Amino acid sequence: MRKGLLVATALATTLLAGVVPVTAQDTDYAQVERGRYALITGNCQGCHTAPGEEPFAGGRGLETPFGTIYTPNITFDPETGLGRWSRDDFRRAMHEGIAPDGSRLYPAFPYTHFSRMPREEVDALYDYLSTLPRVKKEKPENGLPWPLSWRVSLAGWRWLFFEPEPFRPDPEKSQQWNRGAYLVEGPGHCAGCHTEKNLAGADKKDRHLMGGQLENWSAPDIRGGPNGGLEDWSEDDIVDFLRNGRNVHTAAFSIMSEVIEYSTQHMVEEDVRAIAVYLKDLEGEERPSPSEPDSATMEAGAAIYFDNCSACHVSGGQGVPRFFAPLAGSGKVNNQDATTVVRVILEGARAVPTKAHPTPLTMPAFDWKLTDEQVAAVATYVRSSWGNRGGAVSPADVAALRERLADSMGPDR
Amino acid sequence: MLLATVLGSAPLFVPSALSRTLSGSIPWISGTSPAPRGFDAARFFTAAERRCVDALVSRLIPTDELGPGAREAGVVDFIDNQLAGSFGRGERWYMKGPFADGLETQGYQSEHAPAALYRAGIAALDNHCRQRFAGRVFAELGEEDQDALLKQIEDEGLEFEDVSATAFFGMLQDNAIEGFFSDPIYGGNRDMVGWKLVGFPGARYDYRDYLDHNGARISIEPVGLSGRPAWSAE
Amino acid sequence: MVRKLPPVDVVLVGFGWTGAILAQELTEDGLDVLAIERGGWRDTPSHFPTTVAQDELRWYWRKEMFQSAARDTLTFRNNGSQTALPMRRWGSFLPGEGVGGGGVHWNGQTWRFLPSDFLAASHNIGRYGPMPEGLTVQDYGVTYGELEPHYDRFEKLCGIGGKAGNLNGEIHEGGNPFEGPRSAEYPSPPMHMTFAQHRFEAAAKELGLKPFPGPSANMSQPYVNPLGCQLAPCTYCGFCEKYGCGNYSKASPQTTILPVLMSKPNFSLKVHNEVLRIKLDSTGSRATGVIHVDQNGEEYEQPADLVILCAYQLSNTRLMMLSGIGEIYNPATGEGLVGKNYCYQVMSGADVFFDDKYTNEFVGAGALGMCVDDYNGDNFDHSGLDFIGGGYISCWTTHNRPIERQRTPEGTPTWGSAWKKAVAENYLKSTNVGAHGASMAHAGNHLDLDPTYTDVYGRPLMRMTFDFTPNDRAMSAFLTERVREIAERMGGREIKLSPREGPYDSMPYQTTHNTGGTIMGTNPSNSVVNRYLQSWDVSNLFVMGAGVFPQNAGYNPTGTVAALAYWAADAIRAQYFKSPGALVQA
Repeated sequence: MRKGLLVATALATTLLAGVVPVTAQDTDYAQVERGRYALITGNCQGCHTAPGEEPFAGGRGLETPFGTIYTPNITFDPETGLGRWSRDDFRRAMHEGIAPDGSRLYPAFPYTHFSRMPREEVDALYDYLSTLPRVKKEKPENGLPWPLSWRVSLAGWRWLFFEPEPFRPDPEKSQQWNRGAYLVEGPGHCAGCHTEKNLAGADKKDRHLMGGQLENWSAPDIRGGPNGGLEDWSEDDIVDFLRNGRNVHTAAFSIMSEVIEYSTQHMVEEDVRAIAVYLKDLEGEERPSPSEPDSATMEAGAAIYFDNCSACHVSGGQGVPRFFAPLAGSGKVNNQDATTVVRVILEGARAVPTKAHPTPLTMPAFDWKLTDEQVAAVATYVRSSWGNRGGAVSPADVAALRERLADSMGPDR
Repeated sequence: MLLATVLGSAPLFVPSALSRTLSGSIPWISGTSPAPRGFDAARFFTAAERRCVDALVSRLIPTDELGPGAREAGVVDFIDNQLAGSFGRGERWYMKGPFADGLETQGYQSEHAPAALYRAGIAALDNHCRQRFAGRVFAELGEEDQDALLKQIEDEGLEFEDVSATAFFGMLQDNAIEGFFSDPIYGGNRDMVGWKLVGFPGARYDYRDYLDHNGARISIEPVGLSGRPAWSAE
Repeated sequence: MVRKLPPVDVVLVGFGWTGAILAQELTEDGLDVLAIERGGWRDTPSHFPTTVAQDELRWYWRKEMFQSAARDTLTFRNNGSQTALPMRRWGSFLPGEGVGGGGVHWNGQTWRFLPSDFLAASHNIGRYGPMPEGLTVQDYGVTYGELEPHYDRFEKLCGIGGKAGNLNGEIHEGGNPFEGPRSAEYPSPPMHMTFAQHRFEAAAKELGLKPFPGPSANMSQPYVNPLGCQLAPCTYCGFCEKYGCGNYSKASPQTTILPVLMSKPNFSLKVHNEVLRIKLDSTGSRATGVIHVDQNGEEYEQPADLVILCAYQLSNTRLMMLSGIGEIYNPATGEGLVGKNYCYQVMSGADVFFDDKYTNEFVGAGALGMCVDDYNGDNFDHSGLDFIGGGYISCWTTHNRPIERQRTPEGTPTWGSAWKKAVAENYLKSTNVGAHGASMAHAGNHLDLDPTYTDVYGRPLMRMTFDFTPNDRAMSAFLTERVREIAERMGGREIKLSPREGPYDSMPYQTTHNTGGTIMGTNPSNSVVNRYLQSWDVSNLFVMGAGVFPQNAGYNPTGTVAALAYWAADAIRAQYFKSPGALVQA
């Protein structure tokens, strides 16, 4: 591998030349604008902003199965941010996951996806970041156990799972499809959440966009073709969801609400539509039928549902489209992994307020009101009624999630 | 059972930092709830006071051929616990002096917060009974004597020395009804006997399926804030 | 030590309906607006979600939804010969506290006043001659026609459900034919009526009356308002008045305005801060800001170019008195205007008991009802009658909350087995027909400062001197007879009348429709504020709320309170800020 050499060179260059980064005055408006848009497509703000603090100054803790990783400051503050990074430094981080000092970046920073962004796009992003207000803010220490805290261990990971590769359009497909593919697989890094990870934390290639789990949420299957999680969604539904945070099927909350708040609602409609076209073309995998839940659980679940849930989700599970999520046919409810359903029952959830729908309609928490058995029963009921085929949830699963949430340091806690 | 679980784990509602300035967005924190402060087993009454109040509310809402009354509903537990808490201390009442008797249209004018009113009222009632019924207290009287005495108080035919008998009786009547009909989470209305008596379906939030009842009876099993038996799969 | 804060363009005192409306309007022009609310932040999911909202004991009986009487209440007496005593706990009315104010816990009955209500003096004198003795009724100084676009705006903000009876002068079957002409149909259809309303409607029609669905701020269907805010369909749970709505289906500042307003960078909201007084300059004719205190007792001076009182009617009036703005009304001399024309609402009704029909009134909503307006205002000929005004008669099915509601037939004891039996037998099989009567201003009814009792900050409590007047009693007796006529035709076994008799009693709940005290009018000698709700004395001070009603009409006040707020906001935006100063020359 020749990377070590590159790093050494880059490091030397930085130190010797004392590279002065390009500033806004040196770049033209179109370039900065292109960078601004690239930043939107990559939702940089979501991860690089601690809740309630200055945008892009980092410090947000990302919970991974291995521990908490804090995001760095990406404003151009020279001490604590990117201020001393050259264009090449930035490109190397984005495309290869290597910092100017040669250390390897944790793949929580999705350079595996960003490596698909063309060089000009990355340069534009750099130029735009240079125009942001500079914030002095140190990054907290990551909470990773050894040996993961030892970045050298990442070399093995990279060797196993990472091949930097520019985006290659599929000539068989339309330009629109290819644009969608680029956004989803490149800057949008949708697989970051929506693809299951292997034990080392890398995407399982055969489970691409079939749903994943992170920060005690299950991200649903977003493949839109036959058997995919979004099979019932039209292209328009996907566009509506990404632009407005709501569609007739559901509302975005939690991490996806940030994606919409900072990213997709600001994208041009053509791009959002391209994403929809691409996702609708991805076939899913047939799922085995879940086993039939026992009737006592279903009866208890029905009673709990009728008494607690029907005011918003309506007795037949149809919800009030665009207001209160329909549960019948819901991708989140039917998702194989029930974490999100259980978590929403325990903690509540708030629909993202957007320009189109400013009201943050919110489901209240039931953790104080329902026991593990009751949460499991009502979750089982909604996952097994009105044609849903999500399957049963066990009280032990609920208890385990309660415990994990109690320890959690997630963004909403 | 459930009630204990709920109360044991219920996060008490703590108002977020007081006196603050909000700007930029609507605040919300997931996983927080304005859960009620339910029955917490705190007590105010002495054993003798408890016997007196139990006897009193049992006459106001008797156990009879229509079924359970205040006694089965646990009204005395409800009142005891309410008096041990902020209600008993009159924390949301204006309790500054000077105090004067006032007119009927001016409402409650006692210098006593509810718990103190009960203590004074019970003592005065039992004193009165001892004098009139050969040393027996209210709880030891026969039902007919008890009813006659309550009627006398209600008709303002009896006044105590240090405390207004009508104010005491009015408060007792209010609290008995509360204890019979409030959510079971507060310790009264046990097994929802009050709600079952009248046909109130309880802490529900959706009757859209019943709008066209057109004068036919709607029978729905009542539910409390902490549930009903059907919520359990056993 | 009072800390002086950086100035803002506009400070709003209190943050309920009128505060939210004014903030939303004035921030549109880029002004820096700060609202100061003495209660806390409140919102649907964090304070009254569906998991806890339907709790009768907590919200109503333990008064968690309302102003804490321990901190501030008022003293009351029926007339000036009595000694006023504090209302130690709330009874007859329930002042709100916290963000959204009473707009969180109202029923949602959203009316427009009649055109003649705004001309109560000139219209009635013109038709019937001089006013009955002692009445101090006067015209509003603004007309229905001027307010119409503002009523319309509020109805669209809230998604009010109803049926127009008078669209641009054309009378429409099924609506209220007596209403003033409206420029548009209601934005939502009426609520879904139940058994009791069907019986009321049939009875009213038999009598030749014109029943129509009550205008409702409980959503008959999902609604998105012009700001983009979403209101969900009402579930008829029967917990509206005295409760917050848990599922976004009652119009409130929270559901209609705050999602948009709170995201504006030029708006901020201070909670748990109480305004102690309005600060005036040395001439006494200009407000320089307000003095407020936080929960730790720290005092602050908040300078502002414009001060707008948006608190409850009682609080606005008291703040004027405590700030020494204007002269407090003295009934002995008839001098002074602040505190004058305190009015209320004159309620009466009849319970109707059925033998074999179930009203199931737990299936209800705050503004689910049928009404007749034939006996309201001057919709009927008062010749030969010894009163002016009237009220609407209605059959609302608002709730069947059992602590509050035990209807028993005439002659039932109040406790014991007979009581229990009567409650059990009639609970599901009864309804009520109510008269919602006007309250005409009288020289003897007024508000001033109590000489004895003080609030938590040591300031004098407000003192209320009020009783029903001969006009009120005659009107109510007339209306109660009309109630009887309808109630008796509804097919029940028996009815029980509750006429308005005896002196006004401050304890049983009647309604939170307190009005007057900072009345509006045509000139500084008859009013505290001008037709734009601007103080005559201090031109950079405006006063919102029902305190500006010179007398109260036979309707719930919120629609008119909101229309006046929009009307004032327009005047501030279009006129005042272009050229600050008096908008009406004295």
